[in-house]
Amino acid sequence: MGSKTPLYDKHAEAGARIVDFGGWDMPLHYGSQKEEHHAVRKHAGMFDVSHMTIVDLRGERVRDFLRNLLANDVAKLQVHGKALYTCMLNEQGGVIDDLIVYFLGETWFRLIVNAATREKDLAWIRRHAKDYDVEVNERAELAMIAVQGPEARELAATCIDAQWREQALELKLFTGMEAGDLFVARTGYTGEDGWEIVMSAEQAPAIWDQLLATGVAPCGLGARDTLRLEAAMNLYGSDMDESISPLEAGLSWTIAWDPDDRDFIGRGPLEALRVDSTKRRFVGLLLEDKGVLRNHQRVVVEGIGEGEITSGGFSPTIGRSIALARVPAGDYESAHVDVRGKLLNVRIVKTPFVRNGQIRIDI
Amino acid sequence: MSELPGDLLYTSEHEWLRHENDGSVTVGVTDHAQSALGDLVYVELPDVGQDVDSGGDMAVVESVKAASDVYAPIDGAIVAVNEELADDPEKINADPYGDGWIVRIQPSESIDESALMTPDAYQELLDQEEA
Repeated sequence: MGSKTPLYDKHAEAGARIVDFGGWDMPLHYGSQKEEHHAVRKHAGMFDVSHMTIVDLRGERVRDFLRNLLANDVAKLQVHGKALYTCMLNEQGGVIDDLIVYFLGETWFRLIVNAATREKDLAWIRRHAKDYDVEVNERAELAMIAVQGPEARELAATCIDAQWREQALELKLFTGMEAGDLFVARTGYTGEDGWEIVMSAEQAPAIWDQLLATGVAPCGLGARDTLRLEAAMNLYGSDMDESISPLEAGLSWTIAWDPDDRDFIGRGPLEALRVDSTKRRFVGLLLEDKGVLRNHQRVVVEGIGEGEITSGGFSPTIGRSIALARVPAGDYESAHVDVRGKLLNVRIVKTPFVRNGQIRIDI
Repeated sequence: MSELPGDLLYTSEHEWLRHENDGSVTVGVTDHAQSALGDLVYVELPDVGQDVDSGGDMAVVESVKAASDVYAPIDGAIVAVNEELADDPEKINADPYGDGWIVRIQPSESIDESALMTPDAYQELLDQEEA
């Protein structure tokens, strides 16, 4: 028996198939993973993401602290509620976790980190926070629902108190705000528009029911994974971990190199790898043959070398199998993947595969 | 509760067998198996004419979630495969004991039914797995 979110009873009532995810009993799907996937691409779906770890950081020097702790630069966060996606690196430049940081005040930033990495993240953050007199406060009492899809904001707006509703609907991408008891942010992990709503554990079941009543489809971790794969959003533990640099995980765009005198943890090894022409590529693959690409399958690039699929699966939107893979340096546009001893043809494609309901690759 | 037709035999690998009038045996996966797998997206079928050994893998069913081997429940030769699964693997989800059949095997010797399970025995296995 794992930990249960405040919405566990709702999942059980709805007949969800429950699986263990990082020590949490979470819904995998409520009947059909594919239908849940399509609901998010075409209408609106919701995910219980209460297992994720919310950490509030307070202190006079919290901004300085985060400019050292995170590979992206919180100096970019100047507007209240603005969010930034970033990696937190170890001294070797490997990824401890990927996270979102929100600017909620000059002495208050909020981090949302992964559930499976909670303990090591908190230990790492606390260890470094000491030098900056920053208070680290895990908000385990909070719940979170991600409402995603082209109709998500419109439907979810009914849960927001009337006095905040208009402002919430005007939130720019990657920005959040406090709306009474709720914290609403225009973020997500699906490649669709939508909100992530943070609330107290007591409020969560009623808000879930309210969203259900407006026609938002409950969606499980299964659909969450195929949606994020189509959007080419990395999954910690699959696409990167502490032994992998963000530069070999398709996350170069999250590294703030300027100003060049900002000393963030892991910068040294990253600078060395940055100019290393042999560093591995992180690419999208489209399977040209029938079959399904899966995590850890071997990618064979003739005359160059071998790589590995870090996230593979079937894309319900495209109707074919896609994958993210770490492959050798070099110029090539196709490769083979070893699927149960057969070498199948894959094409290297520019990601994302799907964004805002539209297929973005040539098929 | 998953559906369990009374006129079939079952295996501990969550497959079912039906004796056909011509002496062949049709094989598929059970309702419990398709439900555990989730939405099927691909089925790799053996070639017609291929020999199979009891316990050896003969097909692969892949869902959005994972790939899973389908084992030959008896010794014999493949005499038919359900070609329609190539374009519509979800037939297995929709009708696991009917349109979602996977292969037909001509047994090479008389079938040892003691190695297979009756509906009651299979139900007991499901109850144990759920407990």
